[in-house]
Amino acid sequence: MALMAENISLHISGFNLLRNVSMRVEPGTVTAIVGPNGAGKSSLLKVLTGEMTASTGHVSLNHQPLNSWALGQKAKMLAVLPQHTVLNFPFTANEVVALGRIPHQTGILKDELIVADALKAVDANYLQKRFYTQMSGGEKQRVQLARVLAQIWEPTQLGDQFLVLDEPTSAFDLSHQKLTLEIVRGLAEQGTGVVMVLHDLNLAARCADNLVVFDSGTIAAQGSPEEVLTEELISQVFGVKSIIAKHPVTQKPLVIT
Amino acid sequence: MLPLVVIFALGTGTVNISIADIWQATRGLFSNDSSSSSFSSSSQIHTILFDIRLPRILLALCLGVILAISGAVMQGLFRNPLADPSLIGVSGGASVGASIVIVMAGEWIQSGSALGLSAVAVGAFVGGFIATILVYRLATSEVGTSVTTMLLAGIAIGAIAGALNSLLSYFADNDMLRQISLWQMGNLSTANWSRVAMVAAVAALLGCLFPWDSRALNALLLGESEARHLGIDVQRVKRRLIVLTALGIGTCVAMAGMIGFVGLIVPHAIRLLIGPDHRWLLPGSALAGGLLLIIADSLARVVVAPTELPTGILTALLGAPFFVALLIQRRREI
Repeated sequence: MALMAENISLHISGFNLLRNVSMRVEPGTVTAIVGPNGAGKSSLLKVLTGEMTASTGHVSLNHQPLNSWALGQKAKMLAVLPQHTVLNFPFTANEVVALGRIPHQTGILKDELIVADALKAVDANYLQKRFYTQMSGGEKQRVQLARVLAQIWEPTQLGDQFLVLDEPTSAFDLSHQKLTLEIVRGLAEQGTGVVMVLHDLNLAARCADNLVVFDSGTIAAQGSPEEVLTEELISQVFGVKSIIAKHPVTQKPLVIT
Repeated sequence: MLPLVVIFALGTGTVNISIADIWQATRGLFSNDSSSSSFSSSSQIHTILFDIRLPRILLALCLGVILAISGAVMQGLFRNPLADPSLIGVSGGASVGASIVIVMAGEWIQSGSALGLSAVAVGAFVGGFIATILVYRLATSEVGTSVTTMLLAGIAIGAIAGALNSLLSYFADNDMLRQISLWQMGNLSTANWSRVAMVAAVAALLGCLFPWDSRALNALLLGESEARHLGIDVQRVKRRLIVLTALGIGTCVAMAGMIGFVGLIVPHAIRLLIGPDHRWLLPGSALAGGLLLIIADSLARVVVAPTELPTGILTALLGAPFFVALLIQRRREI
């Protein structure tokens, strides 16, 4: 089972945002989407999560068309972290994370445990009773991450679970970037399929099994980071000259610009 | 948080009682014995208590409940703590709807029949509904609901409503004019049992249906697409909530005219006290709203006795300082 997009095209008010995009997210793997600003990465995520309907092409979740799942069932299998979430109401971190338990009927006691664990996982334990409105940008982003983690904290019998993240590390310092990647890898080991948009090519190379490079609405290349990251591709897609080296420890490609 | 809500519930009880005391102390020399011997000396006491004051108190209670709970729902729906039926033009739309019905079917309504009242209420409902939809459409783009646009749209719709109201008043004859201006002041003095029955029915309906969507409202505070990803049928919830708030505000405007601030201040204050979780916020706001309006209306009757102040003035006078006090207290905590 998988989260799949087949031949997706998306036309909005005369613009072709996506053209013939096909990709497949297998459970237990991490897919990173990279590309220049405005290349269509976020649009693809919106189509993949059912927020927008593709003009042509199909999206399927666990062998069923995405929009044929009932909303409540879909929410148990697919958690989505948008780039920005504006929340102007003084919820505590606990309450925000507890929103991730809305699709489930597991009872208050269990939900409380999961909320506490999810906050611990993102190193936001100390924020529990703090008001969301008074947190820093990075703290807010961590709490939101904990919320989507809580949403798919336990496996469901409906099918494999998937997590979609749009630039999850944009407000994070180094240690929390690393923590996020560890969380993502950990989820993949437990069988969750992860898709995320990243800007940092080296972060993407370090944690992705499958790297998708986007360029003006189409996929310029996809495959393992070693296959995809070449000097030609980077100059062609990003217009930047670079050297591809090997990370001395992880042996993953290292892009130096 | 549960004990807090219980305390609120108890508070409503005690204040109800103390309002009875206020009556006895200030207004009726004869109220003292009303509780024990209403049947003996005069039927006057009976009339005052059960035909004038009781319906009025119940009307205030129900209206307060509706205004506050609708305010809380609107603030959640618009994801904005500034949304208030009177600020964003909904009350204005409702009053135009009611004016149109009064002018079109004036004769009929002056008879004071329940049927006439319902017609005004339906007019107010339709007006409020159209205004809500318009404001919502104008304020919502693909990105989300914008605060500034919402307030500006509210001002625009309020202005149109004001102009239409003036136009209708201009063409109305004396009796209609009196009808129109009576409830525009925000007045509860026209309370009678048939009105109470109607408002109570609406209050009960909203009180039963709104809490159903508490969790959906909580999720909506994150944003519409986030709520959808949490498995909530946003379109359906939104439609339901908009129809119900329009019904609530329409009924309030038809019965008592424009009573501002209850819908803005009560949910705000309750949110500062017990947090923004709608599961507690909605019942808390309903209770506090009923409470505030009962107090305000009682004061409106006694402050400048023997005449009366429009209740709307007092809701603002009572609500605003409380709100400011809460803000100051909060700021100190931070």
